[in-house]
Amino acid sequence: MELLRKYKKEVIFIAALIVSGLALLVGVLLFSKEGGQVVVTVSGNEVASFSLDEDRTYLIEGKDGGTNLLIIRDGKAHMESASCPDGLCINMGKIHAAGQSIICLPNEVVVSVEKSQPSADDVDIVVH
Amino acid sequence: MKRTKKIAQYGLTVALALVLSYVEAQVPPFFAIPGVKLGLTNVVVLYALYVMGVKSALLINIIRILLVGAMFGNGVSLMYSLAGGILSWIAMVVLKECFKFHIVAVSVAGGVFHNIGQILVAMILLQTKAIAWYFLILWFTGIAAGVLIGVICGNIVKRATASTVR
Repeated sequence: MELLRKYKKEVIFIAALIVSGLALLVGVLLFSKEGGQVVVTVSGNEVASFSLDEDRTYLIEGKDGGTNLLIIRDGKAHMESASCPDGLCINMGKIHAAGQSIICLPNEVVVSVEKSQPSADDVDIVVH
Repeated sequence: MKRTKKIAQYGLTVALALVLSYVEAQVPPFFAIPGVKLGLTNVVVLYALYVMGVKSALLINIIRILLVGAMFGNGVSLMYSLAGGILSWIAMVVLKECFKFHIVAVSVAGGVFHNIGQILVAMILLQTKAIAWYFLILWFTGIAAGVLIGVICGNIVKRATASTVR
């Protein structure tokens, strides 16, 4: 307890960091909805987007000839293989909720789940 | 401090930081997330901050980042390192000099702000906000790594300043 008193401001500081981290976590969890769409971007440019409902395999051509194999199966997306040496994106697991993403830094590839775009059927009326 | 001694001390600390960078790069990532790491080199930067002064810490950190970038990295990894290194240095200096925080808390701030810097660069490079999840993970691992490094470096500083070598 004495240690706690001696380093009061340090303890408060670290506690504040942890609490704000948890607050961020709650915020992200609250605002993440089940996603409907997988969007693939390379160097900031959107190259493809797929529905999570359809199973498919897609070879992403990343920066400088790097490739990542994206697989969508059972409503979840994951990286099956990658040309980069560390393969960290493969280990990032399966994603399905809006806001989740798989990132491959060497190939500058971002695969993110987003809410489904409202389809044309949802539009009530179009005025020209 | 005499000039010769200063040169020797800079050389030693930069060399140590380089070795630690290399050692850290050899450790396979135990988390499946890039960027989650211990930040061993921050031991050296923290040491420099406490023993050699604020400016020396920045100088050593920047020299270390440039050398590591030239030897093992590329332009992109250099940008990540520089952003993280400079931001964490600012955070550590503010906490140490303005608020007189204990070394562990200073180290935690360094860890967290290092990660914030890297996330900012990633946001700019990848043009995406999809890294919110990633940011959360790095936030917590930054705190944990910071505590560990702070405890290690606190002990080193205590011993180094007690010895007659200084």
